[in-house]
Amino acid sequence: MPSTGPADAGRAGARPAPAGSEQLAETARPALAASLRLQHDEVRGQHVLLGPESVLVLNPTGAAILQLCDGRSTTAEIVEQLRGRFDGVRAGEVRAFLAQLVAKRCLEVEDVP
Amino acid sequence: MSRSPHPFGLLAELTYACPLHCAYCSNPLNLADYRDELTTEDWKRVLREARELGVLQLHLSGGEPLQRKDVVEIARCGSELGMYTNLITSALGLSRRRAEQLRAAGLDHVQISVQADEPATSDRLAGTPSFARKAEAARTVKELGWPLTVNVVLHRQNIDRVGEILELAEQLRADRVELANTQYYGWAWHNREALLPTRAQLDRAEQVVHRQRERLPHVEIIHVLPDYYAQYPKACMGGWAQRQLTVAPNGDALPCPAAQSLPLPRASTREQPLSRIWWESPLFNAFRGVDWMPEPCRSCARRDVDFGGCRCQAFQLTGDASRTDPVCHLAPDHELVAGAVRVANETEQPVVGELEPRPHPRDQSPT
Repeated sequence: MPSTGPADAGRAGARPAPAGSEQLAETARPALAASLRLQHDEVRGQHVLLGPESVLVLNPTGAAILQLCDGRSTTAEIVEQLRGRFDGVRAGEVRAFLAQLVAKRCLEVEDVP
Repeated sequence: MSRSPHPFGLLAELTYACPLHCAYCSNPLNLADYRDELTTEDWKRVLREARELGVLQLHLSGGEPLQRKDVVEIARCGSELGMYTNLITSALGLSRRRAEQLRAAGLDHVQISVQADEPATSDRLAGTPSFARKAEAARTVKELGWPLTVNVVLHRQNIDRVGEILELAEQLRADRVELANTQYYGWAWHNREALLPTRAQLDRAEQVVHRQRERLPHVEIIHVLPDYYAQYPKACMGGWAQRQLTVAPNGDALPCPAAQSLPLPRASTREQPLSRIWWESPLFNAFRGVDWMPEPCRSCARRDVDFGGCRCQAFQLTGDASRTDPVCHLAPDHELVAGAVRVANETEQPVVGELEPRPHPRDQSPT
């Protein structure tokens, strides 16, 4: 138990992806994995993504993106909706953020061509 | 000192009672000193205080948490407070009825320990017939729609079967597998010689895990290597009193589950609110940050990466909790670890010495 410990806390926003990193396809329809829970933490005043043995603290953009991952909206539609709410939304950054969360198994994807 | 962050996780050790007798158990040797357990109301108060302090992950553990008759009520309390609630269990006591009650109480995730891939070895290591019941409980967990983690403590006597162990986890439909090499605290420290694997065993296991990861892309396989073979120490607990805390069955709050062994003043949730313990107690402030560090940690570029390693291991090996973790190849006391590793590699025989099983707390006299 005393190695890394159970709560593997990380932080995530929409801008950690370096240029050239993998991006989720525009047609993909990401949904939160069934074992995860997105909720607001009053103590920190931030949204958090909770899963088995993991905590991801989200910045406001990251939380807004995940709230839109309902398994019905495509990546392109998610970007469009974000543009109505935030300034300077870059599709590449959002798609890279989503790809990271797919790699971490936080998001599941149904790709309808 | 800058204010430490809010903790993310609480390891709630509800009881040290356990039907298993694993010789690698990290519970303290003086189990009988913890028989005066917190009440249901105590635990609910501790959980409320933990949530107010920022805790988001609740790990119901032990011992065997299902030995507590009130585990469903405690799980419900954690869930209602908004914590992601994990049950860390041997699966003994996880009947269909109990599982359904826990599901209804909002428990989010179940982690089942497995000792080996086949009944004879598994039951020998667990010290009780348990293999078949674990498999049955794992089926129940999946039928009720929970995510399932299979946790396997690896050591000299089962690490050569890691491939078969992963195949068992696949059959049990595990979503996650934690292959955690033994950490030498409590009973595992007592049995270290019989548990520490050889370097050849570790190298073979790593190759097998690599192949199985490719074969099972849908399973998250976490492989924790033994720190005795590492160049640098583990970032124990993500830093002393930085991310999580433990509450022992008797209500003692600890920065790490092994910290009860350290000669530091106790901090009991029976006497103080958890927030005061977290922010102000001498125990939780003893090794926070970097001010306590000796050389070579103090001037080391990795001091914010591994935090000087594990305080409990430093104390266990050197008698001084503020020494650099002897696992580090730069530590002045590194020979203490290097010597144990040399002994472990003198023979390739899988079994060296007898394993002394951990007893049930009721069969021990208090110290």
